[in-house]
Amino acid sequence: MAVRRLAEIQPESFAFTPENLKWCEAQIAKYPAGRQASAVLSLLWRAQAQNDYWLCKPAIETVATMLDMAPIRVLEIATFYSMFNLEPVGKYYVQLCGTTPCALRGAGAIRKVCESKIGPERKVSADGLFAWAEVECLGACCNAPMVQINDDYYEDLTPESFTQLLDDLAAGRPVRKGSQTGRISSEPSGGDTTLSDPSLHDGSALGVWKQRFETVTPDQQPG
Amino acid sequence: MTLGVGPATFQARRRILTGCFMAKINIDGKELEVPPEYTLLQACEVAGSEVPRFCFHERLSIAGNCRMCLVEVKGGPPKPTASCAMAVRDLRPGPNGEAPVVLTNSPMVKKAREGVMEFLLINHPLDCPICDQGGECDLQDQAMAFGVDSSRFHENKRAVEDKYIGPLVKTSMNRCIQCTRCVRFTAEVAGTGDMGAIGRGEDMEITTYLEAAMASELSANVADLCPVGALLQKPQSFQARAWEYVKTPSVDVMDALGSSIRIDTRGREVMRILPLVNDAINEEWISDKTRHVVDGLKKQRLDRPYIRENGRLRPASWQEAFGQIADRVKASKPERIGALAGDLATVEEMFALQALMGKLGSPHLDCRQDGSKLHPKFGRASYLFNSTLAGVDQAGAIMLVGCNPRREAAVLNARFRRAWAKAGTKFHVIGERADLTYHYNYLGAGPAALQGLEGHAPAAEAHPMFVIGSGAFNRPDGEAVLASALKSARAMGVIAEGWNGFNVLHHAASRVGGLDIGFVPGAGGLDAAAMAKAGGLDVIFLLGADEIDIAPGAFVVYIGTHGDRGAHRADVILPGAAYTEKSGTYVNTEGRVQMADRASFPPGDAREDWAVLRALSEVLGQRLPFDTLAALRAALYAAHPHMAAVDTIVTADFGEAPQAGACDQADFASAVLDFYLTNPIARASGVMAECSALAQARAGQMHLKAAE
Repeated sequence: MAVRRLAEIQPESFAFTPENLKWCEAQIAKYPAGRQASAVLSLLWRAQAQNDYWLCKPAIETVATMLDMAPIRVLEIATFYSMFNLEPVGKYYVQLCGTTPCALRGAGAIRKVCESKIGPERKVSADGLFAWAEVECLGACCNAPMVQINDDYYEDLTPESFTQLLDDLAAGRPVRKGSQTGRISSEPSGGDTTLSDPSLHDGSALGVWKQRFETVTPDQQPG
Repeated sequence: MTLGVGPATFQARRRILTGCFMAKINIDGKELEVPPEYTLLQACEVAGSEVPRFCFHERLSIAGNCRMCLVEVKGGPPKPTASCAMAVRDLRPGPNGEAPVVLTNSPMVKKAREGVMEFLLINHPLDCPICDQGGECDLQDQAMAFGVDSSRFHENKRAVEDKYIGPLVKTSMNRCIQCTRCVRFTAEVAGTGDMGAIGRGEDMEITTYLEAAMASELSANVADLCPVGALLQKPQSFQARAWEYVKTPSVDVMDALGSSIRIDTRGREVMRILPLVNDAINEEWISDKTRHVVDGLKKQRLDRPYIRENGRLRPASWQEAFGQIADRVKASKPERIGALAGDLATVEEMFALQALMGKLGSPHLDCRQDGSKLHPKFGRASYLFNSTLAGVDQAGAIMLVGCNPRREAAVLNARFRRAWAKAGTKFHVIGERADLTYHYNYLGAGPAALQGLEGHAPAAEAHPMFVIGSGAFNRPDGEAVLASALKSARAMGVIAEGWNGFNVLHHAASRVGGLDIGFVPGAGGLDAAAMAKAGGLDVIFLLGADEIDIAPGAFVVYIGTHGDRGAHRADVILPGAAYTEKSGTYVNTEGRVQMADRASFPPGDAREDWAVLRALSEVLGQRLPFDTLAALRAALYAAHPHMAAVDTIVTADFGEAPQAGACDQADFASAVLDFYLTNPIARASGVMAECSALAQARAGQMHLKAAE
């Protein structure tokens, strides 16, 4: 992570939408009077969500004013947490997991796709749609390699499926969230290896265990 | 654990606070008893064991991030412990009740310190030979004392961009060790929250918000706090080395607090001014004006007498100048001669001028250029900060009337802020609604709000206090305001048995001294405004009085240091000595008599003001009866014995009651409009001019924002 600075080109102003403002007020109200600065992370996060996933200077100042903080205090927080983007990240911000499990499962190839299709790291693509960055573990190691695009995870990627995913996003076609190979959640990738007896799933095994006790011979009955 | 308020815990807390309840601790084999809330570092200091530190500072909150103060403890965690962040009460006693043991010189501590120092030096450049901090650098000293001779680090050092944080502090951020003292100072003491640490880990950088100039009047103190050479005094960069200075302890005259300062000179030149620790006044801070007025001492100086000829001033000899004054004085009647003392005058020279005017037979004297209605006849208590500055720490509630302490006494404002933040002192304001860095309850803008308090019930808080700025008295209705303030103060218990919280906050260093020796109009004498107006007098002596416009007509003799307003109006200029160039007595707003020392010499032909007056008296045929400063002081002490009691506070009494009357309803205004340009020295300073321009731009922006 390099030195982080605010973007050179900044919008003129920032204002929370009425819904977000209401939400922010609810967050501030969670804390006792005089401790409203505790809501700073929530407000910054909401400001980032409203502003195409990046924090602009007016947003930082708006939050500082709302919470009665010195602007430097808010800037400290915005520059400390790498999940706050200080520069525009396009419409789709691709966070590529490059930590060991993903690296072992082919994150390097996904990275190459990012470089060829989007461009250099942390730069918005020419069409303004994409930007990408390599991040530390996103906690979906079972489904490596994976990326996070905006709020969603896209897992079990191959260079082909990832290229397709980017193309679909760029074209506005619907995409499948989660695993791209069709598996559900983090179930085994090569199919189930346990509980594979079909009778377990077709209902025929229901009551079999109990029946063993009902078919005991009469002479064994207590008498 | 938070302490409850039940009687039992209250007792415990009282025991702790009064020190009746002590904890035993063994430091380096020495067993001693200390208050249990002491940190290990404080306990080590009591025991006489030196503990190195960078981030810890007595007057700031504890950060515990430099790790230099590691010690070994038995009775705590089995690892080196940051002694600044652990309290004595957190340590367990031994199995048989032995006192917990702290070691500051064990092999473990030595190794820990060497390790910390090696890490600190990994990213610290080896540029001591070109660093202004060299020779007075904590890191340099501690690396010598506690470090090792070489580093095992072979990678590149990190590089950090230098930041602009204002005209007073130069940054060299490669040298920063991220102790965050500057961040804590601006957040806690100055209260402006200018500085912060952005980024994290190796990329952490100290800066202001988007490299804006610091907005505090105390901003240059961060360079004193910086233990390395990352923050340095910008106006003094690359000028001198720490060991080249001759250091003279003295008294500041930029405001009426009389902060303790150290004047560092090299040869005849004043190089810099630093604060001295004085818990009764400035603690450890001085304002930016006090510190960086230095370049004003070298600019616009009057270094020889001048005479006005055909509308232009020309250099002249002392004899010529004195001769011209003598001609004019002899041609005038005594009741057409007057004298005004300025804001930076010492008591000695005012006393000499007063004596000269007495000999000439003139009653027209005034040390209140601003038209203040404060007068010695109302008693000394009516114009002093009676509770003393340290008394602020006891006050339960403080009413600020007609003053902006941030501009009039910036260091005192830091004390107010601490009282608000730490002791929960409540603040109320009558006057201008300014950003004082603490919250206050706003009661009104003008005298009406003050008069409304005349029938007020006694204040609910213990030790209530009024702090009334000189801006409340320098108006036509000043006497009525004083009467109203005294009445309200008595009603609210501000003036009570054993407590006098009636405090006047002056902004001129000479004012209390002038009032003390009675440098005010005598019987039938004119006050400053009457002397200055057209046709008022024929001859006026201005003793460094620059804050008043003398109408055309009068013959003006200006005794002073700078080519400022007074000198521009003058017909004869007699060059005097600035406060760093003479030994003199100042009385601060508390009534504390303090002696300033000479650190250098006046330039050119300029002489100490009392000596100029003495020589002039000879020419005027009214020889003053003292040939040395010692003789002058002997006469002064005989006339005003309390002037001999240097650095003591004498309880003052009220005198004649001021005339109550109707106040006009004009709003109170602070006596200081531009903090950076209050006196001729500051107005000559380029650094102060830059600060003033920045402050005005900032105020303009705030105004725009408020208008939106």
